[in-house]
This record gives sequence, structure tokens and C-alpha cells, in this order.
Amino acid sequence: MPKYHPGRISAVALLVAALSACGGVGANSGDSRGGSGEAGSGGAGSSLTTMGFGLPDEIATVRVDAFRKAYPDVKVAINEGQFDEQAFLSAVASGNPPDVVYLGRERIGSYAARGAIQPLDDCVSREKIATGDFYPAAQQQSKYDGKWYAVPEFYNSIVLLVNNKAAKDAGVDPASIDTSDWDALAKLAEKMNRVRDGRIERFGFYPKLPEFLPLWAKANGADILSADGRTAKLDDPKVVEALDYAGRLVESQGGWKKLKAFTETFDYFGEENPFATDRLGAMLTEQFVVSAMAGTTPDADITVLPVKDRQGHPVNNVGGNAWVVPKGAKHPDVACRWMKTMTSADTWIAAARARADKRAKEGKVNIGTYTGNVKADDVIFSEVVKPSGHKAYDDAVKTIRSVQQAGFVVPPSAAAAEFTKAWQDAGNRVLLGERKPADAMKQAQQQAQQAIDEATQ
Amino acid sequence: MRRIRPETRWAYVFLLPWLIGLVVFQLGPMVASLVLSFTDFDLIGSPEFVGLGNYAKTAQDPKVLRAVGNTVYYTALHVPLSIALALALALMLNRITGRAAGVFRTIFYLPSMTPYVAVGVLFLFLLNGQAGMVNQFLGLFGIEGPQWTTDPDWILPGIVLMSLWNLGSTTIILFAALRNVPRELTEAAMIDGAGRWQRFRSITLPMISSAVFFVVIINTISALQMFDQVYAMFFGNQIAQQSHGDAALFYVVYLFQQAFQFLHMGYASALAWVLFLVIMVITLIQVKVGNRLVYYEAEEHAG
Repeated sequence: MPKYHPGRISAVALLVAALSACGGVGANSGDSRGGSGEAGSGGAGSSLTTMGFGLPDEIATVRVDAFRKAYPDVKVAINEGQFDEQAFLSAVASGNPPDVVYLGRERIGSYAARGAIQPLDDCVSREKIATGDFYPAAQQQSKYDGKWYAVPEFYNSIVLLVNNKAAKDAGVDPASIDTSDWDALAKLAEKMNRVRDGRIERFGFYPKLPEFLPLWAKANGADILSADGRTAKLDDPKVVEALDYAGRLVESQGGWKKLKAFTETFDYFGEENPFATDRLGAMLTEQFVVSAMAGTTPDADITVLPVKDRQGHPVNNVGGNAWVVPKGAKHPDVACRWMKTMTSADTWIAAARARADKRAKEGKVNIGTYTGNVKADDVIFSEVVKPSGHKAYDDAVKTIRSVQQAGFVVPPSAAAAEFTKAWQDAGNRVLLGERKPADAMKQAQQQAQQAIDEATQ
Repeated sequence: MRRIRPETRWAYVFLLPWLIGLVVFQLGPMVASLVLSFTDFDLIGSPEFVGLGNYAKTAQDPKVLRAVGNTVYYTALHVPLSIALALALALMLNRITGRAAGVFRTIFYLPSMTPYVAVGVLFLFLLNGQAGMVNQFLGLFGIEGPQWTTDPDWILPGIVLMSLWNLGSTTIILFAALRNVPRELTEAAMIDGAGRWQRFRSITLPMISSAVFFVVIINTISALQMFDQVYAMFFGNQIAQQSHGDAALFYVVYLFQQAFQFLHMGYASALAWVLFLVIMVITLIQVKVGNRLVYYEAEEHAG
């Protein structure tokens, strides 16, 4: 595989420098009239450039149309494509960033701490954005140091998705499965698991480690980071205990090496998803997997249940995207109106209605649109989403709605990327049998705390 | 005044396009990264001078050690294996004559046309321990294949295996060298009763030694810079990043993470310059050793 380019010798170093030197991917402001006037200008003759946002479906297009209708004079340029950190940061560094950026809420803390994005307190008060309508957990993720830095969009909940056939094979009523009883859950996992000749045929219970470690920790009554985002708590005995338990769960079902390779063959979003093909017994998952399955396999024999902590209360680690305004944005006032329009209850309800109509026309099941806006959700799930007649999915809607208020987030942190990497690496080491949970988490704790201290000093 | 020989002048003419590219596109960024390597820089704020701090950090960072270990392991396996295999292929190609020759040369080069990212993704499927074709093939012989993509002990061997897919360039260079071995020499040796291995050892190998030397250097450099395929396989998306430990952490991958995941641009620049220096030292050693082992045809005329 040789590459005959002697000049590539420090290619990445060049890239590093090139980005800082020439600004890399810039976003065109496309505005020649300098219409960045203050509030009250109505945005006339102005323009808006977005980044990280696409128009894949009616949820996106209906809301963009709503903005265009409300502000017909604003020229909207949507640079479609997923959020790309390098493109974003180089655009900010070049002094020519887009006006508004769409990204995962877990990133907000580190960008806010670095000054890559602007505080939005003025915007929120000027445009009277109804921040109280957002779910508390989404609010928490959109703030840093007490200031608003983002306006939240979706609200993804984690639920327990059960393959009824696997549960029945194990002699258990799927609806009775309860994640608060860890011993029973471990036994059930082994019963639902199926291995033949060293090959995994069905992964009994997929605990989604290491990604869902914050949820497992919470289920065991522990937080992995202090509320102010400054103190890592990765070596908390309860965190270690949760990792130890989930790790043993994986070990008893064939070991992570094999199971991981097995899960890499899954396509959750197609008709051959692991539930339709009986390759998974149960798993913890975000609700959008259920939503996709409703579209592809409406008759799948599944049960969706809340994840419960060891006391029997629902736990739910929520996430989603948000809008932010980069430092140096040319039209922050227009961006502010954009964020308000995209996330307001009325816009969401219109979008959810369009989704419901479309799925109905196609004869598909619709489990609704789960927004970060409580008010919107209340209307969507009382007026827009109607029972589909597919009991599994109709029940799923009730379950997801019931766990929304239990939503929690890992507090925003200035070193979110390093912090996350630290516990994920530790989780991997445990799953692969390289380290004992206590050792792995002790090391992760040191790394994480050091990164946080460096980022916040 | 020293006169430049015509050959040397022509050499510079042919080098010119590359030299222009170097000056216009690469020299500036290289200098900038050297400067940045002495600073603390996160792309957003302005760089802060930290002296040799970043270089001191590379010496203490356990992840650098792990990444260097992985990269050296890969290079030590990849370079000899790929050159031996490419040489075998080139010898085979050299025996094929007639119309079929062109077809085979094209076929042998085809894998090199596949983008590295595509190769990475393709091999992620082929090497999958539960459903991949590699283990299905091993299964035919009753061997239970390892978990190439998930077992830390097997990830690097799997990557070496993948790297042997793409031998086109090395093969073509060695093949061109083989074509230049004068037939008279081999024939004379045959008349003297030299066997096949003896002819290969005493005639072919010395005659192509300069080409072999070239591919050793180039393969070593590219192995130390391994990035695209590994990144596509094990770090390409967030889920993949979450689920593999350091087993596939190559030096340049770590450099990339430091730069673009954690925004430690100064530290990443320092890592890049360390790599540059290491490669330079290794190449110098190879040239020194090579001078003793390599036969250059033009030598007699040069003095």
C-alpha cells in the first residue's frame, strides 16, 4: 500500500497548519447589503448560512419553509451535510463562520468554554424564546456557566427494546421484564442468548456498553460527573459496580470480542434489523431505533419497556441536537430568529403533522416526533399521533412518553471530548478483559480530571 | 567552479513540478506547524508559547508509547511481507509473455485503484469474526478464525493482512526492474550450470537491488504514516470510536485525534515533527546500509 508522495511526510502537520493559515472550509456569508442590523429590522435584505443541517425529510423541510414564510426577505443558504468538527472550527478560526450551526448537545460545553460559540442570553430575551417550554434536561445541556449557548431540538430517550420471541423462548412474559432486578436480568440474558459452535446466533441482552455507561451508573444511583461539570466521579464505587455488572453480563453471553463482531453485522434501520431476524433478545436503545422499525417492520413482535434503576424508578439518559451561533457570525440576529422558529411549539407541531400525514399515506406506522419542546410534544401526542392499530408500537409511544420526564444528562463540561473518551476507553478495557473495572475506572478518573482541569483553568 | 552534469540538470527539470508544489503548497504550512509545535493552540484562541513543553509531553504520554508500539509492529510485519509478496508477483508477471501479459499487469495493478477508505470498509466486512468471508474460508479447513476486528490481539495482524491487498505499485516497480535484467547474464549463468535459485540470488537480486532498496524506503515511510484505512475501519464514526480501545491506535491516528478531536493543535504539530525526524533518521540509516548492499549500474561511469 505504498503512497509515492515524499511530500506527505508530515501531511497531517501540514493540514494542521493549513487550517489555521488559510481557514480551510469557509462559509460564504453571501450578504452584500450588510444587513446585520439589530432587532427590529425584520431581517430585511439579510441572509443566513447554516452548517451541519440537512433536509432529509419533512421534519426538516416543513420547519425551514415556516422560517422562509415568516422572513421572506432572508436569503437562506443551507450547506447540507452532517456536522463536521474540523470544517466548523476552521471556519470559526478563519473569521468567516456560518451564522448558525446544528450539532450534538454534548459538544456545547467544550465549545462554549473555548469561546467558539456565543452566549445567547441577549437573543433569548430579545426574541422572547420560550426556554421554559424545553425539557429540563435539554435546558441543562444547552447552558454553560449559567448562560444560554444553544437552543435544543430533538429529545432522544433510552428505552428497553425486547424481542418477544426470545423472551418467550426463555419462558418469560416480555412485559414482565424489569431492569431493576439485576440478578434476574443476568439470568434472563443467558437464557435468551444462543451460541452454536462458537458462533453467536442470538445476543441475549445487549447492555450497550461502553456508550451507555452513564445510564448504567445512574441506574445504580451514581453520577459520573458533578453537576458543575468540574469534578469527574468515574471511580465512584457505584460506577465501578455498574460497569462490573454490565461487563459480566457480556462475558456470560460469549464475550465481547465475539459479540462485538456480531453486532457489527446489524442494520438497525432496515427490514433485516436484528429484531425482525431474531438475532437480538433485548437491548437498551434510543427511541429513534423504534421509530425506524415502525417504518420498516410494522409487524415486528417487540415490546418497548422503560429502563428502571435498582429502586424501580425509570431512568433515561437523553440527548439530541441543538442550534448554536459561532463566534464571529455575521448575522447573529437572523440566526436567533431562525433558532426560535425552528424550535417553537407551532413549528414542531406542523412538522409532526406532515410526518404523520406522510406515513399514513404510505401506510406506515408513525410513533411520533419527539421534540425538545414539552408544549409541542403535548399537542403532538394528544392530537397528531393516533393509535396505529399495531399494539407493539402504540404501547411503545406510551412507554417513551412515560420516561421523558425522567431524562437526565451528563452535565456540560469544558473537556467533554476527553472526558467521554476516558470512560469509554476504560469500558472497552473491561469488556475485553484487559483490566479489572476498579483499575480501569481509576485510570480513567485521573485522565478525565486532568483534562477537565486543563480545560477549565 | 563546479560544473553541473547534464544528467543532474535533467534530474532537476523532472523534479521541478514536485519542487514547485512543495514550495507553493507545503513549505508554508510546514513552517507554520513547526512554529505551532512550540505553542499551545486550540484553533480558536491565539497560540501561547510553551517552549519545548509539547515535545516533553510526547516523551511522557503513555498513548504515544502505545501508538509507536503499534506502528512499529505494523511496519515490521508489513514491509518485509509486502515486498516478498510483490517480488513473487513480479517474478510471475515476468514469466508471462504474449498478449496475456498486458491483461495480467492491469489486473495486478487494479487493487491500487481502490480508494483507501473503500478498502478499509471492505475489509471490515471481510474480516468480521462472526460473518466475514476470511473466517468462513478458514472454516473450510476446520479452523475457527480469530475475531479480527474486535480482539485487540488480532486487530493489528488483520490490518497487516489488509495492507497486502494493495501491492500494485510495489509490484510494478519491481517488475520494471526485472525487465531490465540483461538476458545474457542469466543465459551465461545457465550455461555455467547455475540453478534457478543460484541465478536469482547472484544475478537477479543484485541487478534489481536498487529498486528493492527504493521500495523498502517508500514502504517503510508509508507504513509509519499509516492512517486512511485504519481510520476508516476503526475510528470513522462515533460508534466505532467508542468501541475500540487502543489496539488500532497508530501514530498518525493519535496525532489526528489530538489535533481534530481534542483541538490540541500545538501538541499535534509537535507529534508530526517528531514523526518527521524519526522517519528522516530511519531513512538515513537505510541509505547508509543500502549503499553497502545496493548495486548501481551507473557507478562505473560516474567517477
